[in-house]
Amino acid sequence: MPASSPRVAVVDYGAGNLRSVTKALERSGLRAEVCGDPASLRNADAAVLPGVGAFANAVASLHAKGLDDAIRDGIERGRPYLGLCLGLQLLFDSSSEHGENAGLGLIPGRVDRFPERDAEGKPLRVPHIGWNEVRFSGEHPMLEALPERDIYYFVHSYRAKVANAAGQVGVCEYGGLEFTAAAAEGSAFAVQFHPEKSQSSGRRVLDAFARWIDSC
Amino acid sequence: MLLKRIIPCLDVNQGRVVKGVQYVDHVDAGDPVEVARMYDEQEADEITFLDITASHEGRRTIFDVVERTAESVFMPLCVGGGVRSIQDIRDLLNAGADKVSIMTAAVHEPELVEEAALKIGSANLVVAIDARRIDDREDYRVRAGGRFRENDPDAVFEVYTHGGRNPTGIDAVAWAARMARAGAGEILLTSMDKDGTKSGYDLEMVRGVADAVSIPVIASGGGGTPESLAEALDDGPEGGHAQAALAASIFHFKEQTVGSVKARLLELGIPVRPPRVAVDGPRALR
Repeated sequence: MPASSPRVAVVDYGAGNLRSVTKALERSGLRAEVCGDPASLRNADAAVLPGVGAFANAVASLHAKGLDDAIRDGIERGRPYLGLCLGLQLLFDSSSEHGENAGLGLIPGRVDRFPERDAEGKPLRVPHIGWNEVRFSGEHPMLEALPERDIYYFVHSYRAKVANAAGQVGVCEYGGLEFTAAAAEGSAFAVQFHPEKSQSSGRRVLDAFARWIDSC
Repeated sequence: MLLKRIIPCLDVNQGRVVKGVQYVDHVDAGDPVEVARMYDEQEADEITFLDITASHEGRRTIFDVVERTAESVFMPLCVGGGVRSIQDIRDLLNAGADKVSIMTAAVHEPELVEEAALKIGSANLVVAIDARRIDDREDYRVRAGGRFRENDPDAVFEVYTHGGRNPTGIDAVAWAARMARAGAGEILLTSMDKDGTKSGYDLEMVRGVADAVSIPVIASGGGGTPESLAEALDDGPEGGHAQAALAASIFHFKEQTVGSVKARLLELGIPVRPPRVAVDGPRALR
């Protein structure tokens, strides 16, 4: 990895393994560094917020370490931010996972559990686990390098819904119900699926992220 | 729409693959990481490692295997076998597993599933169930007098532990429902009658469990042909209604790749992720 490669902070809020994300970013030519303090996060060229664990714990942990403000600052200054899975949900106003909790409030909308019934009234299996198609739309530097639709790996019980359509740049359907699979606001781009687990489809997303960082 | 998953499974003993992958000659067929890499190239939807290491000392080897796999393969990885505590689950997730399955510990201590779901989350938590058809009902009814609410004298399938050796008296369908209520994110259901026979999945068992829970079900045991996988995944009245099919020997020993199996499943009308890689035989045979 050349020293001049962009430095990407993989935000560590104590939610477990970051190895796959770090290795997947390196594969796309990025210098990925696990980062748990606000100062080094502010110095990074870009940030990735990976997603494992519960919403409330993640918010509390980000806040306790001062990482939430560092993420907001970075996004305000136009640094590319990529949220993965829970890292998408955290950008929204609030979530009802284990009680009502406020998120970072960067994207208007909320996060709720999948309903018990699908669009036809049949029981819906939750979590939503497996490979599902995402249809992208709208304008974003990330989207220029991605196909209009592709198949990615999901594993989640809660899903985000944008309050206004402009924030949604990718949609996925489960049980006949649509949810936000990709969201964008300012320099934040986030996906509900796991690019680091989505083989060649996922690699294209991280390659697009690397290209976006380069263009900034 | 959510696609049905095809999951190759490797038995791992002290860090080595037990059932060799016979057709592979370009890779170290005994190294789980190399075999995982091969299945990644074939675009398997997930991979499962079942650690069958018996000795306590040998059990650390799985962490090294999981770490090396997570560093080189960008696909979902489930690990099970000998998982007894919340700490075991955490250790495997920290090593790089995406999901961890528990079986015997859940039977001995069902509260463990609730605790794990609360502390770690349901999405990473798989409850594995080994079950057999009850053939001697009198015998079963004696066992079913135990402490579980899931002892149904009219049960058709009984939960076993220790690789199918120890009967528990527990009705497998009721057990799956209880585990789902406790917070399991997924059920991995193995028919011990069918396991290793390549004679097709126990469709009645798979369907019985899949219809009793509102979490995904992975069918296991008996998958020997693309047609049998299709049956397990079929949502019609005769199908297994499973969301995923786990198989070992079909990929390890036969002239099939994940891609060639998926191509056949698509012909049979099962919605799977279309293979992007070549679907002709395994590379060593070309």
